[in-house]
Amino acid sequence: MTETLAFGRTPLLTHNYMHYCPGCTHGVAHRLVAEVIDEMGIQDRTIGVSPVGCAVLAYNYIDVDFIEAAHGRAPAAATGLRRTLPPDRYIFAYQGDGDLASIGMAEIVHAANRGEKLTIIFVNNAIYGMTGGQMAPTTLPGMKTTTSPGGRDVAQTGHPIRVCELLDTLVAPVFIARGSLSSAKNTIKAKKLLRQAFDLQHQGFTFVELLSTCPTGWGLSPTDSLAWLDRNMLPFFPTKTFREPGAMPEHTAAYHPDLKVRD
Amino acid sequence: MAYHDVVMAGFGGQGLMAIGKLLAKAAMDEGRHVTWLPSYGPEMRGGTANCVVVVDDEPIGSPSVEHAQAAIVMNRPSLDKFEDTLATGGLLVINTSLIAEPVHRADLTTVLVPANDIAEAEGSPKAANMVMLGAYVAHCGVVSAASIEHAIEVSYVGAKKAYGEANLRAFRRGLAS
Amino acid sequence: MPSQKQLMKGAEAIAEAAIRAGCRHFFGYPITPQNEIPEYMSKRLPEVGGVYLQAESEVASINMIFGGASTGARVLTSSSSPGVSLMSEGASYLVGAELPAVIVNIMRGGPGLGDIAPSQSDWSMMTKGWGHGDKRYISLCPATVQEAVDMMSLAFDLAEKYRNPVVLLGDGLLGQMMEPVIFPALSEIAPEQSWAARGKLATRPRVIVRSLYLDPAELERHVDHLYDKFARMEREEPRAETWMCDDEPPVLVCAFGTVARIAKTAIGKLRGEGLRVGLWRPMTAWPFPVESLQKAAATSDRLLSIEMNKGQMVEDIRAVIGHDKPVGFWGRSGGMVPTVDEMMNAIRGQFANA
Repeated sequence: MTETLAFGRTPLLTHNYMHYCPGCTHGVAHRLVAEVIDEMGIQDRTIGVSPVGCAVLAYNYIDVDFIEAAHGRAPAAATGLRRTLPPDRYIFAYQGDGDLASIGMAEIVHAANRGEKLTIIFVNNAIYGMTGGQMAPTTLPGMKTTTSPGGRDVAQTGHPIRVCELLDTLVAPVFIARGSLSSAKNTIKAKKLLRQAFDLQHQGFTFVELLSTCPTGWGLSPTDSLAWLDRNMLPFFPTKTFREPGAMPEHTAAYHPDLKVRD
Repeated sequence: MAYHDVVMAGFGGQGLMAIGKLLAKAAMDEGRHVTWLPSYGPEMRGGTANCVVVVDDEPIGSPSVEHAQAAIVMNRPSLDKFEDTLATGGLLVINTSLIAEPVHRADLTTVLVPANDIAEAEGSPKAANMVMLGAYVAHCGVVSAASIEHAIEVSYVGAKKAYGEANLRAFRRGLAS
Repeated sequence: MPSQKQLMKGAEAIAEAAIRAGCRHFFGYPITPQNEIPEYMSKRLPEVGGVYLQAESEVASINMIFGGASTGARVLTSSSSPGVSLMSEGASYLVGAELPAVIVNIMRGGPGLGDIAPSQSDWSMMTKGWGHGDKRYISLCPATVQEAVDMMSLAFDLAEKYRNPVVLLGDGLLGQMMEPVIFPALSEIAPEQSWAARGKLATRPRVIVRSLYLDPAELERHVDHLYDKFARMEREEPRAETWMCDDEPPVLVCAFGTVARIAKTAIGKLRGEGLRVGLWRPMTAWPFPVESLQKAAATSDRLLSIEMNKGQMVEDIRAVIGHDKPVGFWGRSGGMVPTVDEMMNAIRGQFANA
């Protein structure tokens, strides 16, 4: 009987041990990114940007050239890469919810609005992991964190920010989608979204949000975390493709591109 | 003439910055050291605007000047501001089309030029600044009139050529005034 | 071929000089009094195949610079004091990640929103306080438009020589004034740096541009390495001018940037009155030209630092001179440009004190 390999190590993942907590979905997300780059055969043309947060060490695991940005500034640093490198390069930034949706909100909105030819991977686990489980901009109402010990009080701290929906108000992006890493089935779908984003990257700004778990921050077991994600995050953060070529927003038709203020 | 400095002042839009640049370019073309320093900021719009030009045979230290040797003033507030600060025996070129007030200081050499009237008579009402520049060059001699004329010719080219020709005529009227 | 002499505003000349030096990428955010730099770049860079990009903030600009510098490109940003404050975090990252970049600071009055008039009140920020951590930046202080042009080429060369950000420190006066300048020929610099992140090649290990060293021992080694570079900068890069000091004048005026040129006029006039005064002018705020100052001060009785601030460079001078001789200070702040007359009075006061 001949053995066939049914499941192997992703070639583009390094041999470094991942520092992530047991059950954390960052490892899955890294693997998906590495698989997409490998399958596209673009390892030598890809440059990654790592964030500040749990994924700051992403460069230790995905075997491509990397730069490490300041907290929240990955889209600006990625813009610097895009505007100086030859156009055939693939550039992605990998950001968490505190990095992208709190301190880095200006940078992500403006990179998207400029239509920077990038793929931004947004890992949303509704909590700050690296710093010890504090409230994030995507923390759900009533959710207990180390800085919302009584549960997030929306009267004081507002509601969670839905980043895909927010970016979908902009004209420039070509691809905006939200997937989930809560099951094998969802993970396979999420990988397709990442592949679509990379495929479309040279046409414009592409964005994939991945709903993820933080068992340590949430105080749940890995399996309970997956169920919690499905039960609590999915209703507020629906998984769908918000924007893709052919589905551009109607309001773009109202523009007058020849509008000039000065001669 | 070794060292010379002049302040040019008036309303924003009267073209003081432009004649300052023409003087600076003429001086540069004559191989002199020169600086041109504008007042800048909110006062650029509507209020008074001024620039200072320093010309020297040696490298120039301060580009700003407290007691200028000469002043071109094109409106009343500029006269009020610069008459008192002008150096003793300085040259004051006044646009009498817009300034009716007399000069109080007796030590100054005063040149009265109805610049707007001359420019309008010439058919170029916007070129009053060039008339002032002409009168100033005629009485000061810091650069030759030919250098200014060359600066005008090379500064207004292409679509602006007609302006340049009108400016040249206005400058020459100022020289002769 | 070098260009003909042309009359140009300081800010525009700085922009053109950067392009001549091989800079093809500019990222910046508007702020007075340096807007002529981005405006010039937005028109000129596309003509030479370059990229101008208006960032959403100075925070974004400096991080775009970080990304651009990571690819080995010669990148530039410019701003004025409040905007440069915002860039401080990113500047620290550039040092930590050993990235070359040039940052122009056309200083204006502060603190806070202050005003838009000329100032030199960022001396301490640029030499000591800009950003967190153990870091240094070479800061070049031009006094004339031509010197600013010459220093732009130097800034890019030094940034790459040391893989460290370099600052051109000017003020509103320098940015707004026009002087005749001669530019060097247009230079094409191909970014082929071995440390640049441009895509993993089979011929080299992959590149990771980072400033994170979680192991304290490793970070200490990294900072030691940075300080070896800073020590070399202190040996090789101090620049200063000494003027009117041949007759060993008893009073030595110390001034930098445009204030130094106003001081030259004042000193020239005082010399006409028979007062023996000299000028010492640092052309690098950091590394501070210590030896040059010691030499110039050796034969004088007293020093007077004149600045457009409340006394920042004078602290560095006192640190060098110590208690050997009096070091006075006179300055204007708030964007007030010192006049020649009041500067002469301040210098005369030094003779009265003697």
